[in-house]
Amino acid sequence: MSLAGFEVEVEQVGRNGLETEEMTLNMGPQHPSTHGVLRFVVKADGEVMREAIPDVGYLHRSIEKIAEKVGYHGFMPYTDRVDYVAAMFCNQGWAMVCEKLAGIEVPKRGEYCRVIAAEFNRIASHLLSIGTMVLDIGAITPFFHAFREREKINDLLEELCGARLTYNYMRIGGVAWDLPPGFVEKASAFLDRFEPLIDEYNDLISLNKIYVGRCANVAVISAEDAINYNLVGPNLRASGVRYDVRRDEPYSVYPEIEFDVPVGTGEIGCVGDSFARYWVRIQEIRESIKILRQCFKQMPDGPVIAKVPRKFKPPAGDAYVRVESARGDMGWYAVSDGTEYPYRCKVRTGSFAAMSIIDKVSRGLMLADLVTVIASLDIVAPEVDR
Amino acid sequence: MDAATLFERLRAQFGERVGEANLAAKDPWIIVEPAAIHEVCRYLRDDPELCFDALSNLSGVDYKDHGYIEVVYHLYSYAHRHYAVLKVRTPRENPSVASVESVWKAANWLEREIYDLLGVTFTGHPDLRRLLMPEDWIGHPLRKDFVEPDEYHGISTRRESLLR
Repeated sequence: MSLAGFEVEVEQVGRNGLETEEMTLNMGPQHPSTHGVLRFVVKADGEVMREAIPDVGYLHRSIEKIAEKVGYHGFMPYTDRVDYVAAMFCNQGWAMVCEKLAGIEVPKRGEYCRVIAAEFNRIASHLLSIGTMVLDIGAITPFFHAFREREKINDLLEELCGARLTYNYMRIGGVAWDLPPGFVEKASAFLDRFEPLIDEYNDLISLNKIYVGRCANVAVISAEDAINYNLVGPNLRASGVRYDVRRDEPYSVYPEIEFDVPVGTGEIGCVGDSFARYWVRIQEIRESIKILRQCFKQMPDGPVIAKVPRKFKPPAGDAYVRVESARGDMGWYAVSDGTEYPYRCKVRTGSFAAMSIIDKVSRGLMLADLVTVIASLDIVAPEVDR
Repeated sequence: MDAATLFERLRAQFGERVGEANLAAKDPWIIVEPAAIHEVCRYLRDDPELCFDALSNLSGVDYKDHGYIEVVYHLYSYAHRHYAVLKVRTPRENPSVASVESVWKAANWLEREIYDLLGVTFTGHPDLRRLLMPEDWIGHPLRKDFVEPDEYHGISTRRESLLR
C-alpha cells in the first residue's frame, strides 16, 4: 500500500462524452467506525465504491514472536491481547494447544469454569458487537443499553479473575481460580434479569425500519464464498452454514450441554446479508444463556487445575486446535522442540478472514455501507494484526 | 477419512511428488513437494470423496538448523467433517512454494502474511505484498536469525530501562 492513498486524487475519465471523476479516498487509520486502527483506500465513483482495499498491520505487536521468547506459561497474559474483547477464548486456545502437545487432561470442574467464563465473554463480546454496529449506523441510545449490560458481565468476570478485559484466567491444565463464593447465585440472578432485556433491545432497535433498511440485503455473502474465504463463526452461520466448532468438533464439556446453532434464515432481508450476521449474534446470546444455566446445574465438585510442572516442556512435535471464539473458529498452531520455549506459535483468527473478504463484498455498494460491512463482520483490528 | 487412507490415495495419484508422512503424530501430516502443492490441493478440493473445501490455517515455521522453512496447511472439509495436514519444505535460501490462492481465496492473505514474516515467495500469487509490516521493512521478523534493527526511519527501537 503506497502512501499516495492519503491524498485525494482526481482522475478525469471521459465516458459517452460526459466528464466523470473517480476519487481515491482514504478512510482511517483513525476513524470512529473502524473499531481499532485500520485503514481503507477506497476508489469511489461518486457515492459508489469501485474497490475498498484494506491496509492492516497498524496493531501488529508481533505476539507470535513474543511466544518464542517468554515460554509456555508466560505467554498466557499475552494471548489476552490477541482479541481483547473476547480474551477468554484466546486463553482457552493457547491452554488447549499446550495440553494437546503435552497430553494433559483438565479436571471436569476446570472445564466447566472455562465454559462459564467463555460463554459470559461471548455474551459481552456480542453485546459490544451489536452495540457498536447500531452506533456506527447512527443510533446512539441502543449502544448504551448494550454496554450497560456488558458492564455487569465485566463486573462478574472481574470478580472471577480480577480483570475486566484482559483476563489471564486460564492456565495450562485448567483455570487459575475456582468460582468465588456466591458467584453462581449472582450470575444466575444476572441472567434472569438480562434475558428479557434482549426483547427490549430488539424492540428498541433490531426491527427498526430504518435500521433494517440500512442492513438488510447489504453485502450479501454466499455460503460458497464464506467457506472459500474461510469465514467463521457468526459470519459463516449467517450465510446459512450450520457449523459450530462447539457442536461439530466438540471440545471441553460442550458435548454434555444442549444448545442450538442459529443460522441466517433470511426472514428479514436475505441469507448472508449484514442483517443476518447481526441477527445470528442476537440469537447466540440466548444460546449462551442456555449453556450457562446448564453449566451451573451440572457442574461437579473437585479440583480446577491439573498438576502441571512449572518448567513446562512438552515433547517435540506440533499440534493444532480450534476453539469457537465470539468471532468464530479460532485456530492455534504450536510447535514444540522439547525445550521450555515454544518453537513457533501461530494464531488464525476470525477477523483476519473477515477483513480479507471486505474488498470483494463492498464493490458496488454505497460509501456509507462500508461502515455497515465492517461492523456486521464484527472486525476487531488487533485480532487481524496480532 | 483417516490420514493413512488419504496418504495412500495421494501416493497413488501423485507418486513420488508426495513424500513421507508421519501418521503417528498428534495431527498426522503428509509432506508434499513445493511445486506440487497447488495440484495436490486442487485434487483434494475437487475429489468428491475428499472435498476439502476450506483452508483452515496456513503457518510458516523456520527450521534454521535443518536449513528449511516449512509451510503447514491445515485443511478442513465442511462437507465431510474431516481434516488433513500437509507440509511443504523449502530451502531457507530462496524459499519458494506454489500458491494455492486459486484453490481457496483464504490463502491470499495467509500467504501474504508468510511472505511478509518469513520471506517465502508464493509463485502464482496475484498480489504478493507485505501484509502486516511496513512495505519498506527490511528482513522477515519470524525468521530465527532475524535481528531487530536499531532504528526505523530515525525512530530508535531501543528504550532505556525506567528501573534505574
